[in-house]
Amino acid sequence: MSDTSKVSKADAASEGQATVAPADDPTAASIAVVDPRLLVREEGLKGYWTEFTRKVKGGELGSLPVVIGLIIIWTIFQLQNDRFLSADNLSNISYYLSATGMLAIGLVFVLLLGEIDLSVGSVSGLASTLFAVYVVEHGMNAWLALLLAVITGIAVGALQGWFFAKIGVPAFVVTLAGFLGWNGLMLWLLGSSGTINIPSDSGPVHLLGQNSFFMDQAIIGAYLLAGLGVVLTLVGNFGEQRRRKAAGVPFRPTGEILVRVGALAVASFLTAAVLNDAAGVSNALVIFLAALVIVDFVLRRTTYGRKVFAVGGGIEAARRAGINVPIIRITVFAISGGFAAIGGMFFAGQTASATLSAGGGNTLMLAIAAAVIGGTSLFGGRGSVWSALLGMLVIQSIQTGLDLLNMNQSIQYMITGGVLLGAVVIDSVSRKSQKAAGRG
Amino acid sequence: MVHVSATPVLALRGVSKRFGAVQALTDVELEVHAGEVVALVGDNGAGKSTLVKTIAGVHPIDEGVIEWDGKPVSINKPHDAQGLGVATVYQDLALCDNLDVVGNLYLGRELLRRGIIDEVSMEQKARELLSTLSIRIPSVRIPIASLSGGQRQVVAIARALIGDPKVVILDEPTAALGVEQTAQVLDLVERLRERNLGVILISHNMADVKAVADTVAVLRLGRNNGSFSVKDTSQEEIISAITGATDNAVTRRAGRRSTEAAK
Repeated sequence: MSDTSKVSKADAASEGQATVAPADDPTAASIAVVDPRLLVREEGLKGYWTEFTRKVKGGELGSLPVVIGLIIIWTIFQLQNDRFLSADNLSNISYYLSATGMLAIGLVFVLLLGEIDLSVGSVSGLASTLFAVYVVEHGMNAWLALLLAVITGIAVGALQGWFFAKIGVPAFVVTLAGFLGWNGLMLWLLGSSGTINIPSDSGPVHLLGQNSFFMDQAIIGAYLLAGLGVVLTLVGNFGEQRRRKAAGVPFRPTGEILVRVGALAVASFLTAAVLNDAAGVSNALVIFLAALVIVDFVLRRTTYGRKVFAVGGGIEAARRAGINVPIIRITVFAISGGFAAIGGMFFAGQTASATLSAGGGNTLMLAIAAAVIGGTSLFGGRGSVWSALLGMLVIQSIQTGLDLLNMNQSIQYMITGGVLLGAVVIDSVSRKSQKAAGRG
Repeated sequence: MVHVSATPVLALRGVSKRFGAVQALTDVELEVHAGEVVALVGDNGAGKSTLVKTIAGVHPIDEGVIEWDGKPVSINKPHDAQGLGVATVYQDLALCDNLDVVGNLYLGRELLRRGIIDEVSMEQKARELLSTLSIRIPSVRIPIASLSGGQRQVVAIARALIGDPKVVILDEPTAALGVEQTAQVLDLVERLRERNLGVILISHNMADVKAVADTVAVLRLGRNNGSFSVKDTSQEEIISAITGATDNAVTRRAGRRSTEAAK
């Protein structure tokens, strides 16, 4: 929970803190004459508002469409069925979003390269089947089986990445072949039986099941997680501020940090209270959030993440900077395969079984839709892993809402398809206006 | 003005380069001293780009010697050139549009602190570098996509300086720029000279060459066609060296006549 900037930007704007360096900033003296072309935020509330409108006009929508979309969706469903915003239903949403969310995390990596991985659904199904076969038919230790299934996912992804990076086959086609091929392998493994039931008490399946909660439903558990997130963000922000002050570069003023962290605190403690009101925080959600934090760190703070963004932003530039482009491409597809396999474990945990339909249907589309709706561009180089969480909130709200209203599968498909199209349209349009504003 | 050192920092002696049947460079000589701006001019296909690429290590030379600080060296791949201290800014800049200025400056050589990218030190050093070069950009945290062509060019040049090079090669840095932006880039070239770097400037624009270069090396059809000191040479003389006006049937005939007449 280190990045709160997106969610809390609007809140920060309403409070009105200046980012202009205070008078004691050592750099203020060296740049005595402010160049009119420099971007300096004006003082106070107005400054935030002008910056906000400039960004929106320039096509930097950030999380704005998601937040608006989520409010609209929640309002509509709540009006249709007043159980929608109940603690139990919200808790359901938070549990079910983690499985497809795992696939979406892997897809964010691929989308950052400006590529697509159509095989994640099939790979997740294959992984859950492999896991079931190892555990049930070979009596293997469940954790070892999980490890093998995830390694298989990574290997499958790396193989697809190799065809793309080294042979030059378009990623779209390679992963489309994977979409069919791995699904076929899964069906072959399941054979005539069709479904393998996994004993629900076996380690990982129990852990990822719907009745497994963080700290065994202790009320304190949820608040502990929320508190941990808030404290770490606070410490991180002030640590960064101190280092920036010492180095004499612009830093975030204390007021702004407090507003951002305050917004995060409100959001996370509210969520904790709601989940506690239902049953507690599911372990699946905790693992999903931990994965988000780790991946966010890797993408923003390590040289590997920087290389992924660089390859997505300009292959020639990346190559000249000494980045090994094929290696980045292969590892990104391997990561996508790995997260798909982990997502498959989550699916297995949900149903305590491996079925013919695992990872089929619209799983793939939901994962892609989540990443794109959350704000990761299909065109590469722009995005954040938090889009997997935001996008899944939207997608899972729609799914759960339609289930509540007893909508037919056919209607669900049409609505989800429409939402995906809408997200891609927003992405394309904002890219156009970014070009027009010189930010493409 | 020219504060040339005795030994050129980079010298090419009799360099030749062949691509199959095409003789791209023949016996080319070039000297670059520290604190000197050498303009490399010539018509299209004269071999400017090939010459630059041999120095940058993209195309290894077939014959001849490249000397660095007076000692012969071999440059076979881009890495060799970078190791010596040659930085090249190509015409297409090769910046990542989605990364901010700091990210682009340090791309591929990020500063680390306990294994993590050290954004604070990178930003501090980037600001220092940009301010010593008097480069004005809206913010070092703005994506490259938001910058104008001239600003991108100066960022690309600044990026070449991160590795502390001794020779900077600029391939047509002003080709696509407006008047104001061109002036910005030319100012920067002068500041590179003040920092005692050797600069090789490829340009088609005689006004730019006259404005900043100390020496003009003319290439024609892959051969040297004269090296001039800018302050003692008129623009017409340089252009006639480029186009070969000083070396064609008409001028040779005229030359013969005058020598015959002298007899």
